[in-house]
Amino acid sequence: MNQTTTQSTAQPAARPPVEHSSASSTPPSLLTDGRTTSWLLGLSALALLATVAVLAVTTPAPDYVQGEASRLIYVHPATAWVSYAAFATNVVCAVLWLWPRTRKIGWDHAAGAAAHIGVFFVTMTFVLGAIWGRGTWGTFFRLRDARMASTLVLLLMYLGVVTLRQLPASPTTRARRTALGSILAFLNVPIVHFSVKWWDTLHQGPTLAKPERPSIDGMPLATMLLSFVAFTVLFSWLMIHRVRIERWNDALLGDDLDAAIALRQGEGRVSAAEATA
Amino acid sequence: MWHDAKVVLFKDLAVEWQSKVALRQVLPFVLTVVLLFAFGLDRVLINDPLISADTVPVAYVAPGVFWLAVLFSSVMLIQRSISSELDDGAWDQLRLWGLDPAGVFVGKTLAVAIQLLIIELMLGAVVLLGFGATVPNTVSSWSLIVTVMVIATIALSAVASCYAALSAGIRVRETLVPVLLLPITVPLLLASVQAWQGALTSETAVGWAWVRVDAVFAVIYGAVGVLAYGALMEE
Repeated sequence: MNQTTTQSTAQPAARPPVEHSSASSTPPSLLTDGRTTSWLLGLSALALLATVAVLAVTTPAPDYVQGEASRLIYVHPATAWVSYAAFATNVVCAVLWLWPRTRKIGWDHAAGAAAHIGVFFVTMTFVLGAIWGRGTWGTFFRLRDARMASTLVLLLMYLGVVTLRQLPASPTTRARRTALGSILAFLNVPIVHFSVKWWDTLHQGPTLAKPERPSIDGMPLATMLLSFVAFTVLFSWLMIHRVRIERWNDALLGDDLDAAIALRQGEGRVSAAEATA
Repeated sequence: MWHDAKVVLFKDLAVEWQSKVALRQVLPFVLTVVLLFAFGLDRVLINDPLISADTVPVAYVAPGVFWLAVLFSSVMLIQRSISSELDDGAWDQLRLWGLDPAGVFVGKTLAVAIQLLIIELMLGAVVLLGFGATVPNTVSSWSLIVTVMVIATIALSAVASCYAALSAGIRVRETLVPVLLLPITVPLLLASVQAWQGALTSETAVGWAWVRVDAVFAVIYGAVGVLAYGALMEE
């Protein structure tokens, strides 16, 4: 996955400022190319994440009992939030594609991009949660925990959506599959959440002492809130670039390599024009 | 919608009557699954204090075995339901007849549900007798068992029909359907198992509470199927 490396290198790829005669006739839209918005978002994400990282290691650990492990509160909740935001974006775009009046292939690209990003962040959430669990509960993973179980179900359901999307098909067929698969999966999210929580509280008992939510204030709270902002900006930046990839993939899918190259160079042409303006 | 549903329902049941795939293939398969569970769970399942004192009561194990076997058989039945449509372009014929997609959905869902229920009756008897679980002889326990069976089976058939239609035109659908369907059925499995455990341990109040999850699931995916089957059939 492309976005795995983006956290550390949060900068858009440099594009050659080449004027090209056979550039695409349709200019790239504001939000889907790699222009000013992307640079702004990418650099902000980088700066914010760096600030969070510095604050996270310099401020005192937010929970006395849990010690150093509790610093994960600066990453884990934020990644969980991004995964939920991504799945919500995914289903909204899916509905917009299905609705005949708003049907545009762009909605499908956004839905696909959001699904990919959501799967990545839900995996991150799961891994970070497991590390945190090891530090505080003494175990990486326990299926009989409501949040772990429902996160795993979420991950499996959306892996299905991504799989469905990656099967060879025409863009319209793929868009329909993605849209319907996304809606079928999303409807299940609240049912899974509440039924698993209910199961946990009804029969679990106090075998797995969950840490009390630490009462958090001052610098730790500010850092935690900043982490939410930072990861949200990162999510927006990843969305822009993932949508670009979806567009190029579509151009390639139609064996239209020339169009894909033209599209890519069209972006360069616009930024070159910007640079000279 | 209901007329078209009846047409599709009788057609699917007639196909099954002719081919007897559910009876000759799916039923032996799930019975094998139950037998394999019995071997796999070995010590857990022996309900005999002379052999082991700390076994889990079968009232907690048998419902899980039963509903897992039902899930597996639903995957097989739905594959069958959709593959019979794909031969000789029957799926396109269905669309050309101008049948209401909602009717096709209801018909196919009910056909699968009826076949599943028949399998469940035999499977339930085998699991209960084979594992030595006893249903308390009260009206509330038996009515809970039957209600869960009916609602969960309809819910399962509805969501399975949605995924079957979604993957109809896909070459890898045999492997795709279980991957998409099984994670979705987690709450259904959870609720049905808990409800049956409630029935077998005479805690019917807990059991009835879980029936609501099955019911919500059935209503949501039933509604999605009715509304979106047209789009799903375009595959």
